[in-house]
Amino acid sequence: MSTTPVAPKVNRIGLTVLEYKGSKTTLCAGCGHNVISERILEAMYEMGVQPERLAKLSGIGCSSKTPAYFMSRSHSFNSVHGRMPSVATGALLANRSLVGLGVSGDGDTASIGIGQFVHLMRRNLPMIYIIEDNGVYGLTKGQFSATADVGSKLKSGVVNELPPIDTCLLAVQLGATFVGRSFSGDKKQLSAMLKAAIAHNGTVMLDVVSPCVTFNDHEGSTKSYQYMKDHEEPLHEVSFVPHFEEIDVEYEPGSALDVRMHDGSHLRLRKLEEDYDPRDQGMAMERLHDAHQKGEVLTGVFYVNPDKPTFLDMLNMTEDPLATLPQDRVRPPREALEAAMAELR
Amino acid sequence: MVTSDLVVQPPQNSGSSHVVNDMSISVATVNGSGSQSSNSVLLRAIFQMGVPVSGKNLFPSNIAGLPTWFTIRANQHGYIARKKEIDFLVAMNPETAKDDVMSLAPGSSVVFDEPLKLSELRTDLVFYSVPYDKILVSVGVEAKVRKLVRNMIYVGVVAQILDIDMKEVEIAIQRQFSKKAKAAALNLSAAKAGFEYAKASLPKQDRFLIERSNKTAGKIIVDGNSAAALGAVFAGVTVVTWYPITPSSSLVETLIEYAKEYRIGADGKSTFAVVQAEDELAAIGMVLGAGWAGARAMTATAGPGISLMAEFAGYSYYAEIPAVVWDVQRVGPSTGLPTRTAQCDVLSTAFLSHGDTKHILLFPASVEECFTMAGDAFDLAERFQTVVFVMSDLDLGMNNWMADPFKYPERPLDRGKVLGKADLERLGGFQRYKDVDGDGIGYRTLPGTDHPGAAYFTRGSGHNEKAQYTEKPDDYANNMERLNRKFETARSHVPRPELVASGKSKIGIIAYGTTHWAIGESRDQLRGEYGLEMDYLRLRGFPFSKEVHEFVKAHDRIYVVEQNRDAQMLTLLKMDLEPALLTRLRSISHMDGLPADARSVTDHIMTMEGK
Repeated sequence: MSTTPVAPKVNRIGLTVLEYKGSKTTLCAGCGHNVISERILEAMYEMGVQPERLAKLSGIGCSSKTPAYFMSRSHSFNSVHGRMPSVATGALLANRSLVGLGVSGDGDTASIGIGQFVHLMRRNLPMIYIIEDNGVYGLTKGQFSATADVGSKLKSGVVNELPPIDTCLLAVQLGATFVGRSFSGDKKQLSAMLKAAIAHNGTVMLDVVSPCVTFNDHEGSTKSYQYMKDHEEPLHEVSFVPHFEEIDVEYEPGSALDVRMHDGSHLRLRKLEEDYDPRDQGMAMERLHDAHQKGEVLTGVFYVNPDKPTFLDMLNMTEDPLATLPQDRVRPPREALEAAMAELR
Repeated sequence: MVTSDLVVQPPQNSGSSHVVNDMSISVATVNGSGSQSSNSVLLRAIFQMGVPVSGKNLFPSNIAGLPTWFTIRANQHGYIARKKEIDFLVAMNPETAKDDVMSLAPGSSVVFDEPLKLSELRTDLVFYSVPYDKILVSVGVEAKVRKLVRNMIYVGVVAQILDIDMKEVEIAIQRQFSKKAKAAALNLSAAKAGFEYAKASLPKQDRFLIERSNKTAGKIIVDGNSAAALGAVFAGVTVVTWYPITPSSSLVETLIEYAKEYRIGADGKSTFAVVQAEDELAAIGMVLGAGWAGARAMTATAGPGISLMAEFAGYSYYAEIPAVVWDVQRVGPSTGLPTRTAQCDVLSTAFLSHGDTKHILLFPASVEECFTMAGDAFDLAERFQTVVFVMSDLDLGMNNWMADPFKYPERPLDRGKVLGKADLERLGGFQRYKDVDGDGIGYRTLPGTDHPGAAYFTRGSGHNEKAQYTEKPDDYANNMERLNRKFETARSHVPRPELVASGKSKIGIIAYGTTHWAIGESRDQLRGEYGLEMDYLRLRGFPFSKEVHEFVKAHDRIYVVEQNRDAQMLTLLKMDLEPALLTRLRSISHMDGLPADARSVTDHIMTMEGK
């Protein structure tokens, strides 16, 4: 009896999911970061992003190592500690046709990199910025980071007394146009948010709580799997319909908010909090502030503005990548130099 | 023997009791008083008379209210280094007037504001008293703009005393205020009033005169930062990032102007991007990101910014990413003389960062070289896939220099070893850090290259030839050896030194950058006054090419003249030369924040020669 080989499943650009794989991870077994890497490559596969068009950028830390563990067919730049935003900015200025994906951690972003982080947010550079947030420094063996909550306890018994920096609140205030928080253990929500991120044109800032199984998953930690299971407070149910698919689930009128993304996709937020409108910057900041007061770990899409001009729009740059413009477009003609010399005579 | 048009002509005797076309004029004012326009007009007027000039602004780190001195040197022989002695003082600043007058050599002239009563101070100077406020009232200048045109009066006074043609002053004023007709008319009336007052009331008592000559025909006047900006625009720069810092800010500000003029496509879109970053760390990070993605990317800064760029400079060296950094050197750190010149970042920049890093440095001496090296820097950065520093300084970057018009760059852009889609299809793949050609330089691909084998992972020093993560001792050592081979290759690619040799002298001078202008004049002084012939090698790049070694071998003793305390270039030379040659090097240090001058160099050399 003969068998016909089953054609492997491919995405809309004809690639299999295997073509989105990376090297084998070297992180700890059970690390939340590995789950996020999986979600990223799935989202890229499902959205049909050409791997060669993706530029992966990172700083230093466990999180910043992860670009090696997904999508080996994409160029990657594992830069220096806290400086991924500037490297990403340069790369996207040089070639605006790239899809920029920055992967950072809470130390890399909220401490050493806070300066570059806030300036990236205010520029609204079109890219996705993911913080894999576990509240501790892993590679240097478990010191608190600046996103650790007041009262969170290290294994050694040391208790954090300083208030955390809320990277989402900062991002909303400063001008990022897609801001949300998720949890590495919430597959459905994280997947939908990542796909919506790919559909967005502007700075996407996603803070993904990702427990550190080695240094911060114990009782007393506010970034443990158990703590997240007990305290995660979704703002809404997030779903996503890409522009190349039909909308097949209809919500009752008024029960869900539909945000049309830049590429024609739909971000659909089924309301759990009736009055919340993620297109309202002030409301987003107020709700995040409120969550801090209540001790909630609020997740979901806090703010989205699909139409704000990006940094690249403001620079009035040519649509063609600057990096590969031919010489006749970047060296002015002889007469131009003669004119410049005449002005100096 | 290589000579250059940078070499100045020796002086000839004029045989007249007047001193013609050879003087230095110092205008002492308060910063923020608008004297810059007046000084530019005076400089331009002399230049238009055909007399070689240079202008140097000695200014404080302040917006308004502190003393500033602008020095114009006119010299028929083309000496344009700073001259130590002042021949003609225009004293406008009451705060410094007394000190300014007391520091003059006998026989100098002083134009001063009447109420300052400076003529009572000394009897061995020539004094010209000018009642500025009375003249302003007499020409009917409205009270609210008097302060703005007050300084233009001395231009007219000086023009009359030195016999500068008022027609040239008028042309210079029209040029200075080309977009403001009303301001031009007002300033011209002030200059004329000064001229008429001097003609009527100030009989000529001094020896100095400007006579029409033909030595500036076709020349331009420009500052080094503008020349560098223009050079970058014509070298195809596409990404410029910066953080404002004196004395480099005007480089990028001028670049923006030139790019807007010459680099907007027919569709109205820019073929460049300029970003003012949040700090120098971000500026160099953006340059590396852009260079990695294939842009010709640069930033401009000064010493404090260089310090902040250290980590990324090392990253550029190890991960092999093109970048261009202009270091317009000044004294530092923090508030340490940010508006004074120096060549004090040579050693720290050569080895900037941690680990075994070393970098390609270029040393422009003239505005022409600011223009050409802007292009050289990009070609070298992309060819060698590493950061290249262009070591300018405040004197070159911010002061006015006379030059021949820049030549259009004929050499095509060298974009280095970059593999595209077709190359990868032909080769079947590539290894990012493999030394295929034996020159230590690997091939790279750019993100976005549409081939499944194009991507590689960029990280610090822990990688093998395939850009894979490794901590294996052999992999690390092999990579370090290859980086060294690459640096050795660079020796024959950086700009060659310029040699001025008689073939007979056993004494040599080595200098670089703006020190060059003092050396040219000093060599003439040494020859003319002491009969000493000195050979001269002007360094233009690091790592040193073989000509540098040959020069040291060919001379018994060599004076290395530079504008820093610790003989930084001499130290770099010592690291490169064979041990037997080291004792031949002697340091001459100039480090007071002022541009080097010939007389100081000559005196220093003669002291060391024991004469």
